[in-house]
Amino acid sequence: MRTMLGRTLREVSAALKQGQITPTELCQKCLSLIKKTKFLNAYITVSEEVALKQAEESEKRYKNGQSLGDLDGIPVAVKDNFSTSGIETTCASNMLKGYIPPYNATVVQKLLDQGALLMGKTNLDEFAMGSGSTDGVFGPVKNPWSYSKQYREKRKQNPHSKNEDSDWLITGGSSGGSAAAVSAFTCYAALGSDTGGSTRNPAAHCGLVGFKPSYGLVSRHGLIPLVNSMDVPGILTRCVDDAAIVLGALAGPDPKDSTTVHDPINKPFMLPSLADVSKLCIGIPKEYLVPELSSEVQSLWSKAADLFESEGAKVLEVSLPHTSYSIVCYHVLCTSEVASNMARFDGLQYGHRCDIDVSTEAMYAATRREGFNDVVRGRILSGNFFLLKENYENYFVKAQKVRRLIANDFVNAFNSGVDVLLTPTTLSEAVPYLEFIKEDNRTRSAQDDIFTQAVNMAGLPAVSIPVALSNQGLPIGLQFIGRAFCDQQLLTVAKWFEKQVQFPVIQLQELMDDCSAVLENEKLASVSLKQ
Amino acid sequence: MAAPMLRWVGRGRRWTFARVDGGSCHRRGAPTGSTSNRIREQSSVAQQPLYTTQKPRKGEHKWAAVVGLEIHAQISSNSKLFSGSQVRFSAPPNSLVSFFDASLPGTLPVLNRRCVEAAVMTGLALNCHINKKSLFDRKHYFYADLPAGYQITQQRLPIAVNGSLTYGVCAGKKQSQVIPKTVRIKQIQLEQDSGKSLHDDLRSQTLIDLNRAGVGLLEVVLEPDLSCGEEAAAAVRELQLILQALGTSQANMAEGQLRVDANISVHHPGEPLGVRTEVKNLNSIRFLAKAIDYEIQRQIDELENGGEILNETRSFHHQLGYTMSMRDKEGKQDYRFMPEPNLPPLVLYDATSLPAGADPQQVINIDQIRETLPELPSVTRERLVQQYGMLLEHSFTLLNEVGLLEFFQNVIKETRAEPKKVTSWVLNTFLGYLKQQNLAVSESPVTPSALAELLDLLDSRAISSAAAKQVMDLKEGNPRAINKLIGLVRKATQSRADPAMIKEILEKLSS
Repeated sequence: MRTMLGRTLREVSAALKQGQITPTELCQKCLSLIKKTKFLNAYITVSEEVALKQAEESEKRYKNGQSLGDLDGIPVAVKDNFSTSGIETTCASNMLKGYIPPYNATVVQKLLDQGALLMGKTNLDEFAMGSGSTDGVFGPVKNPWSYSKQYREKRKQNPHSKNEDSDWLITGGSSGGSAAAVSAFTCYAALGSDTGGSTRNPAAHCGLVGFKPSYGLVSRHGLIPLVNSMDVPGILTRCVDDAAIVLGALAGPDPKDSTTVHDPINKPFMLPSLADVSKLCIGIPKEYLVPELSSEVQSLWSKAADLFESEGAKVLEVSLPHTSYSIVCYHVLCTSEVASNMARFDGLQYGHRCDIDVSTEAMYAATRREGFNDVVRGRILSGNFFLLKENYENYFVKAQKVRRLIANDFVNAFNSGVDVLLTPTTLSEAVPYLEFIKEDNRTRSAQDDIFTQAVNMAGLPAVSIPVALSNQGLPIGLQFIGRAFCDQQLLTVAKWFEKQVQFPVIQLQELMDDCSAVLENEKLASVSLKQ
Repeated sequence: MAAPMLRWVGRGRRWTFARVDGGSCHRRGAPTGSTSNRIREQSSVAQQPLYTTQKPRKGEHKWAAVVGLEIHAQISSNSKLFSGSQVRFSAPPNSLVSFFDASLPGTLPVLNRRCVEAAVMTGLALNCHINKKSLFDRKHYFYADLPAGYQITQQRLPIAVNGSLTYGVCAGKKQSQVIPKTVRIKQIQLEQDSGKSLHDDLRSQTLIDLNRAGVGLLEVVLEPDLSCGEEAAAAVRELQLILQALGTSQANMAEGQLRVDANISVHHPGEPLGVRTEVKNLNSIRFLAKAIDYEIQRQIDELENGGEILNETRSFHHQLGYTMSMRDKEGKQDYRFMPEPNLPPLVLYDATSLPAGADPQQVINIDQIRETLPELPSVTRERLVQQYGMLLEHSFTLLNEVGLLEFFQNVIKETRAEPKKVTSWVLNTFLGYLKQQNLAVSESPVTPSALAELLDLLDSRAISSAAAKQVMDLKEGNPRAINKLIGLVRKATQSRADPAMIKEILEKLSS
């Protein structure tokens, strides 16, 4: 039997219900592992006291037979751009260092209402602007797969491999901290955010399920925005069923978010196990076959298509002709909204304020220079340029029109009878940090988002599923894209696929064994927690 | 309001606002007595000839002024436009601020239904086309009392467009006639108010009060159809009455519930329009008229002297009575308008478009709101003219003075006296008395019942008109008036009335 920490959310939930482990024991195991994996830099804030208190309450409920459901007593982590009442929320920016929100984001509140234990706030690129989780003020996040048995063994075989310590891999981003946290077994599910692929990209690099729900299905209230019209809270888990459980807890209209839809959605999101896929039609968008795509990813993509076809599904090549305009369109729309959304960070009411007080304007300028990194400032500058009266029609309005064309591409594909689209999630597996930072953030974001970003323009649900390990022993993910608000159908197909591919579990034996050894002695464990 | 509104000639003289007793028509002829300004705030400008140079030279053509207004009316609503915070005047600073009002990151706007209904109602009352779909936009500028760095407004597609407002201005030799005029309404948009900045020069700091931040405003944009301060004042006064009748805004200018910006330019008729200036934050109708007329004259003088008008924002110094440039530090503002992504389009329905089975709590039905429209001031005036045979200008006065119409109607209800007599007494004797004492109608020591009883006595010829007016004099603080009155009553009743009883009645009347 796998250790408790290695289990899926559904499995550990069953163990809690059966009394095989208590919420407090589970919480302590996770806290201990968080400490042990601190070097991954997955967490910005570890909310140890909060989690232990929640675990205590959960334990009482279990004792009284009043469990709140599948999430009761389950350790979860939340990206540090979701507001958490009483817990610092930084967006990995100097601007919000020390900012403690007085309220919970709706999604956080819903998790807590279901009895989940909040282990901490996870690392990201500053204000979620990036695709590596390398550009936050708290430093880059390290991919747990860098330390996996699978990757290390492959590296030993490679005579060119250099010093291991400096050769760690990026997680992808911007929700890299959440991905690392789940991947390293420090929690069972984590919230990310997804504006152009920020949940799916790190999920693919960390061998996880990364789900982006339909826009409007899950509340954004309390999510510190990047691009309001594209942001969606994302879910990172170890399997599709776990993502469905979390989605079931989060989905639904929120009176505090006017963009959530009121139409009743099937709840809870119980996923049927598809016996056969012969009635399914899978679309393969031909524009996603780009020259930069690694041969390994390409090969897995076509194998996946073959798998569906061999099991009786119809597999069609479809065209999304405006895909190539997506990057530049996204750049205009994203930076414009960023320029607007960041206007509130002026140092007056919360967050960082500079020492300069000669005038309000001088204070604004210095505060914002000190508070934001170059990436954020660059996007604010571009966005304000696009919104100038003289440029608005030529940039913003045109980009909106292109966005509509991109969204219509998907509508046309689905209208042609396709149920789900199958695409790569990323161009290749995770790259070493030192290689990643050779390109600037903008270039990287533009490259890394190409398969994921159009989905956000169209508001569609999409999920990245880990498929196999590359020759280097690193995870590769593929993406399924569904019709708007057909999230359940999408996840059902993903679940079938997940079962077929049997993606290997990450082998962090050294970490896990050490941790288990520590945890075997309860006294030792509590001592280590007090440190 | 500090300055005298109406002329009062000497102590003890009768207020001769307009003579209404008797059957003669006053529409063409001038009433005896002094001036009559139906719209009281414009008294200072109504009589002066406008827009000629100080010393007109031969062959010189006249100037014409073009005035457009942007009026911000605070919506009368329990909560703010996009948050649940309470709306209350003069609450302790920063006591009515939600997380959204303070722009805490991650908060989102939620549209207040009441504010939308108020906008629709106002649009209907102002003969607007109501857009079934309207949009919200962000208008960006950095200011300490604008915590989000942008204001949510309706720039591209406002909730109501293409309306009109009919108002009356005084005309005729003695300003006794009311001439109806119309100004077109370009649009009505819903938008957020900003907070307030209080500058403490001593400690060189600015204090911010966000109680007002996010309060719902109706911005009513008038087309530049106005030509002077008097017209602008009359139009704004009429709008104020309409908003108050609708209950969509309390429209109290002193409390900042109605604020006016005026766009002003001058040109020679037949030639292209001149460069315009904007005079901001006019917070009383009297200052509005003064500021506009000052600015028109300033522009004429400037141009006459070979100067140039700059497209700039100016403020009005109400104590010194002139406008001055506000000298925007940032130069020309680019507001970088952008669609508000957190609010879906605002969709309204009418009887024909209402979806079957729609939840009435979730939809707003324009036709339903139309049915609930109360009587508008123009209709009230017409009714007064029809019902009581009063002149149109008297109906204007009855509506313009806060509470006067209600007072009048209460007197009418309780007295046997002829409506025309009541009108005359209310508008001349009673109002004149109030003006002299600088009292509002609500502060009047004379109740409608007292006046009704007095008029009954007059009507039954129990007392003479002179005696009745002595009763009013009593209010002026003349203790001897009561004895004089008793004498008058005894005389009028040929000494048949009991003096003690007379005194009792008189004291009751004057208490």
